[in-house]
Amino acid sequence: MKDQLDYLKWRVGAGRLSRREFLGRASALGLSAFAANTMLADAVRAAGAQKGGTMIVGLQGGSSSDSLDPALATNQVALSAIRLWGESLVELAPDGSVEGKVAESFESSPDAKVWTFKIRSGIQFSNGKDVTAEDVVETMDRHSGEDTKSGALGIMRGISSVKAEGDTVIFELETPNADLPYLLADYHLIIQPGGGKDDPAAAIGTGPYIIKSAEMGVRIVAEKNPNYWGDLGNAETIEIVVINDNTARVAALQSGQVHMIDRVPPRTAGLVARAPGVNVYSTKGPGHYVFIAHCNTAPFDNNDVRLALKYGINRQEMVDKILFGYGSIGNDTPINASYPYFTEIEQREYDPDKAKFHFDKSGYDGSILLRTSDNSFPGAPDAAALYQQSLAAAGINMEIKREPNDGYWSEVWNVQPFCTSYWGGRPTQDQMYTTAYLSSADWNDTKFKNEQFDQLLIAARGELDDAKRKQMYADMGNILHNEGGLICPMFNDFIDATTDKIAGWEEGVAGYALMNSYAPLKMWVVA
Amino acid sequence: MPTLVKLLAQRIALGLLLLFLVSILIFAGTNILPGDVAQSILGQSATPEALANLRKELGLNDPVVTRYFSWLGGALHGDLGTALTSRLDIATEIGRRLGNTLFLAFWAAVIAVPLAIFLGLLAVRYRDRWPDKVISAFTLASISVPEFLIGYLLMFFIGVKLRWFPSTAISYRPDADLFTRLESIALPVAVLTFVVLAHMMRMTRAAILNVMQSAYIETAELKGLRMFTIIWRHAFPNSIAPIVNVVMLNLAYLVVGVVVIEVVFVYPGMGQYLVDHVSKRDVPVVQACGLIFAAVYIGMNLIADVVSILANPRLRHPK
Repeated sequence: MKDQLDYLKWRVGAGRLSRREFLGRASALGLSAFAANTMLADAVRAAGAQKGGTMIVGLQGGSSSDSLDPALATNQVALSAIRLWGESLVELAPDGSVEGKVAESFESSPDAKVWTFKIRSGIQFSNGKDVTAEDVVETMDRHSGEDTKSGALGIMRGISSVKAEGDTVIFELETPNADLPYLLADYHLIIQPGGGKDDPAAAIGTGPYIIKSAEMGVRIVAEKNPNYWGDLGNAETIEIVVINDNTARVAALQSGQVHMIDRVPPRTAGLVARAPGVNVYSTKGPGHYVFIAHCNTAPFDNNDVRLALKYGINRQEMVDKILFGYGSIGNDTPINASYPYFTEIEQREYDPDKAKFHFDKSGYDGSILLRTSDNSFPGAPDAAALYQQSLAAAGINMEIKREPNDGYWSEVWNVQPFCTSYWGGRPTQDQMYTTAYLSSADWNDTKFKNEQFDQLLIAARGELDDAKRKQMYADMGNILHNEGGLICPMFNDFIDATTDKIAGWEEGVAGYALMNSYAPLKMWVVA
Repeated sequence: MPTLVKLLAQRIALGLLLLFLVSILIFAGTNILPGDVAQSILGQSATPEALANLRKELGLNDPVVTRYFSWLGGALHGDLGTALTSRLDIATEIGRRLGNTLFLAFWAAVIAVPLAIFLGLLAVRYRDRWPDKVISAFTLASISVPEFLIGYLLMFFIGVKLRWFPSTAISYRPDADLFTRLESIALPVAVLTFVVLAHMMRMTRAAILNVMQSAYIETAELKGLRMFTIIWRHAFPNSIAPIVNVVMLNLAYLVVGVVVIEVVFVYPGMGQYLVDHVSKRDVPVVQACGLIFAAVYIGMNLIADVVSILANPRLRHPK
């Protein structure tokens, strides 16, 4: 049996056998699925990445109104393009730590208030210029200041000064922050020559590829950067094609026009996985679909109403019917196991009796108005209808108001007291809580104001003792779980798919689609 | 022929007036849309500061009338402004996209128009017999099914299962060789053909049948001419006006109505461009696209009018 397995492994490594066929034959030889999968990954890795070829990636989310300026990147296509040509100071590593990119190494002062990043020596931008500490300072400057349109402005606010000193860059913070490297891994903060101030959309950076042509919303073509300092990037040419229509994207994959796609619709993912020559990967992530109630608006200002709403939602049913099983249940905090300091809180179950108890206790006896729209998350109106049913079992009457997609984010979300929404998640607890649960946050979309929570958040930020920090985040999680306006029924998985013409998929950084968008660079075309 | 010249001049002047009115409508319409451009551009991940900065920069605070006339003035000079979102010159972008759309429309027309007219003639030749019924049933069925559904069906069966043609048009590049380009648009062209066939074919059939009642057709029949020759030589030229009308209407549709097909088949044409910018509230682009679509529509109808005038002997040779 060992000989046969070795032969199969060789065939897979050489790309002559698909993953599906391998798993099928290995299990025929009596191997468990888990063992076979592990063996497969080993075999493929042992055979080594193959260099060369053209990889075509079909992605959702691009639009002809996009720009190559990393400050304005908001979608998967823009992010994937950035991964090709640019790099930030540091990047999240698959093990959850932070690794150097443009910065070779970094360290903090004991109080986590001053951070020093050493610039990697001898690396160049794709226009041939050497990377200097000044470029980094200019980049940070472009993303800060009140007149910037950068998506990273929120991150830059806590930084009081950025200085160049020889080949190091020194960040001074207003308040201690042990998570600064995580924040600087943000994909907007791509180091550009002169900070990209002259031509922000020039796509000149230190990345493994060089953009050859870019027609926004249609396709971006990049070729290997011969002077790249690292070993990322296998295909000679990577082509990103924008395919926004779900059916067209899946058809393009099935017919072999593209090698990789993102966002396989959960509804059809099972069917797609059964097609020959196609592999579907689902990745757990920090993204969640939510119902958000404003804690400062009646009737939601009464915590018993909020608790009634929390007990009155059937989380498992939502995961089964809205995510088609591609997800996990939430527990009324925005944090799940994708986060570094996650502590489990006892799961709140669907309990109509408790929901009724809290609702009666609140003294409110009117109906609840929920606003929803198609684009607040996929299947949101259906989820609202399920919620209506599960609340009805507790004797709570909920009305659903369908809002238009147009203007939902400006007229309903963060404006109306109770609506459906989604969050993509953030790399750290600190960032997630600071973005949406700190009393003073712009996007505090549940209008949650809790002094104790705020104090814990600030204190945890400067706490370098991991155990203490973990406990602080656990306490904050409990406060939100019991008092917050967030009703979080589910965390959605990312579902990506590839054909068997490319290999090398591995679990990337926990919680991000397409191996944290490195799949086009880390996978290779099977010759 | 003063009458003829006067008639044509009238038609063209009317067309221009109509275009002017449409421009007002487009501008007014895009200005009363709900939502906010800045918010749509920056999405959910927008900070209030970034929003305020963007609004100021986009000049969203000027009065509407001022903005209309500066826009119209620019459009008359061929300057459609810059896209709010990508900061690219709209005229250049549209030039490229319009080229792609016209390429698709041209090949769809090359196949659909002769096919529709031929099927129409065939249906008249075998009137009320099985070929007529089969043609009618098939074309009516294909026009009745929503076009995206036909698109998905062809994509699945021909693109994914049979692999005769690429399932989407993503390999289309304006600078590729003609064969590659034609291959990549095979399915969209097929769908468009299905969609426009019925209308033109039915009109051809009806127009010719109308003429077939005339005395001179009977004369031709008595001369002993073959049925198809009669239809082609005697009936068809006299029913050209209504046919040209419906052909032009469908050609206009091929240019302005292909939004769905372009999105479904990922074809980089005007429709896709318009949809992207509508969802981002990029008003200058939406206005420019609207104006161009209106111009194409009015232009095609103008041509149809001119052809019917010229094809009418009573107008060509006034007493």
